[in-house]
Amino acid sequence: MKDNMEGRKLVDQMDVKFQTRDVQVYYGDTHAIKDVNVDILDKTVTAFIGPSGCGKSTFLRSLNRMNDTIPIARVEGKILLDGEDIYDPKVDPVQLRAKVGMVFQKPNPFPKSIYDNIAYGPRIHGLARNKAELDDIVEHSLRRGALWDEVKDRLQEPGTGLSGGQQQRLCIARAVATEPEVLLMDEPCSALDPIATAQVEELIDELKQNFSVVIVTHSMQQAARVSQKTAFFHLGNLVEYGDTDQIFTNPVDPRTESYITGRIG
Amino acid sequence: MSPLWLLILILVLAIAGFAIGRTRAMASVDDHRKLHSRPNYYGTNVAMLAFAPAALLLAVWVVAQPIVINASVSHLIPETSYEDAGALNLIMSDVKRVAEGLDVAVAQGALSAEEARSIRTEFTDVRARLGEVGVALGANVDRDVLRAAQAYRARAATGTWFMTAAVLIVALAGFFFAIREARGDFRARNRVENGILTLLITAASIAILTTLGIVLSLLFNTIEFFRLYPALDFFTRLEWAPSFSGRGGASALGILPLLWGTFYISIVALLVATPIGLFAAIYLSEYASKRVRAFAKPLLEVLAGIPTIVYGLFALLTVGPLLVSVFGNGGLLGVDWMGGGRAVMTAGITMGVMLIPFVSSLSDDIINAVPQAMRDGSYGLGATQSETVRQVVLPAALPGIVGAVLLAASRAIGETMIVVLGAGAAARMSLNPFEAMTTVTAKIVSQLTGDSDFASPEALVAFALGITLFVVTLGLNVLALYIVRKYREQYE
Repeated sequence: MKDNMEGRKLVDQMDVKFQTRDVQVYYGDTHAIKDVNVDILDKTVTAFIGPSGCGKSTFLRSLNRMNDTIPIARVEGKILLDGEDIYDPKVDPVQLRAKVGMVFQKPNPFPKSIYDNIAYGPRIHGLARNKAELDDIVEHSLRRGALWDEVKDRLQEPGTGLSGGQQQRLCIARAVATEPEVLLMDEPCSALDPIATAQVEELIDELKQNFSVVIVTHSMQQAARVSQKTAFFHLGNLVEYGDTDQIFTNPVDPRTESYITGRIG
Repeated sequence: MSPLWLLILILVLAIAGFAIGRTRAMASVDDHRKLHSRPNYYGTNVAMLAFAPAALLLAVWVVAQPIVINASVSHLIPETSYEDAGALNLIMSDVKRVAEGLDVAVAQGALSAEEARSIRTEFTDVRARLGEVGVALGANVDRDVLRAAQAYRARAATGTWFMTAAVLIVALAGFFFAIREARGDFRARNRVENGILTLLITAASIAILTTLGIVLSLLFNTIEFFRLYPALDFFTRLEWAPSFSGRGGASALGILPLLWGTFYISIVALLVATPIGLFAAIYLSEYASKRVRAFAKPLLEVLAGIPTIVYGLFALLTVGPLLVSVFGNGGLLGVDWMGGGRAVMTAGITMGVMLIPFVSSLSDDIINAVPQAMRDGSYGLGATQSETVRQVVLPAALPGIVGAVLLAASRAIGETMIVVLGAGAAARMSLNPFEAMTTVTAKIVSQLTGDSDFASPEALVAFALGITLFVVTLGLNVLALYIVRKYREQYE
């Protein structure tokens, strides 16, 4: 399995999905992110780790311009998606977010049926020509979210009635349904128990065959388990970025080492 | 001693008790940290026991004494001098007036206390003597009335004396009992907390009991009404034509035309208020910047503070004539639908304006309660703001919004001044919204204004109307609260 993964990675690794150059994020007068330069690869899981308040979620949210919904947030520098600046005035943040999907810390299913939760994105973007196609998308997405077998008989029941782990997989399936190119995950397992966490992690591993996945996590074990690349943030700075194996076994920066061994954070 | 002075006296006793209890508790231990409770609790306990039972007794006594004396004195009036309970009441108020007059005369020195007790109408012109001290009586004082008045004074004096004694004994008993308790190991804090709890429970029960009292008074009068007028007619008859003089024969008192008017006007009001209020709420909670919201929301809520009578004037002087100039004879549209300014539309539109802040303010709170995570989830899928509002926020807030509209509906149904001034007084069942109609509330007002004889069905019908209205609005409120609460549970 591991060898298999490594092999595929070598083939796809050249594809850089996101390039960021000297990114600064401000909340009012607070300088939350300082000079972040990072290249995020396609068909790879990239983990952002770091102590609370280090800016990893803020940086993640600037990758699909979710920070636009916070009036006092301001982003400077360049963030390129496939070579295009996403903060260019010509770019519509709404279309950008269709390409860069997001899964949140707390499962947030809409107060609609399971079916309508998944169909929400495809309907908005007109991805299905008719009901049959929409049904296909829903089934396909639920299968990708590893939820189909559990919910196929109750698609019309409210999504809020599922368990926490199922809700989170529903939210992942919902994000997958819009056919994004990148999937951003902001601590997707922090509200889940170990069993549900294992299911979601397995899912992430499968998703990287088609997407670039960026995951923010507080659990270093999780980062080590699911990611190929890891970025360590501290006090708004990107301290170290590299292969996950290297970061966890042989960190270059002393701060990274202190965090990983549990001395700071 | 007068009740006021008595109250001041036990208050002073309570304040003194506070100081003494506190000092005594402090003196009972060598280190005040060894006290079970903080010193103030010992003081408060003494003050509470000295004051509360005595004040309660005083309150009950002040209410009960006149009732008891009245009942006993009224036996002194010979049964031949009155015909019914009403006449006896009039005589008894004469008795009280004379008794008060004698009090004034004694206080001013025009009569000695002995004279006041013993004067007789046979020997003294009581009316003239009382007139000298400024107490004017309507007629010469009757022998029995004077006797009764003297008895009234005597018994009131005895009663007051007993009251003073009883209240002081209770106050002192509480005082000394609590002083004895004020030692270090006594749990004064728990006792005081219980006292506070009792106070809170009392306050809550007063509110509930008052509601109960209102319902019961409505209920008894309604039963009385149905004894005089068949209930089936009241609920099913399509005609409302009360006859006050009795010359026009029996009255027709059917509630249906009034209910029709009520619901018609309320529906027009809700058709105005719901969309405007809801859209305003969506703008304020989803789109408006903080600055706009900070002044627009209070400004909108000012509408809720305008007295409804002012809305009534607005309906009468502005909305009505405006509608006539559009829909009336020779109006802008060239149609002749509207005869006069008072119509269902006039009252409905004005009431709708009144309800806008109600709907918008409640909906705004409910929309704000929809978690930001819902919106983020929708934006994260590439939805625009209006798609998010339409497809995620509003469905999530819908139960609460329905609740808000139902609450507004129950206000519309109970609204009075706007319909009295804007809707007219004709009870009719018509579909034309430009015709004058009337509502249940407006008819309650008109049945009970002026001289009303509370033994006639024409006046008593107001209570039957009132309780019907009460049941309808209560039902709407319960439904609204149920829906709102069910919705709240979802996100907690």
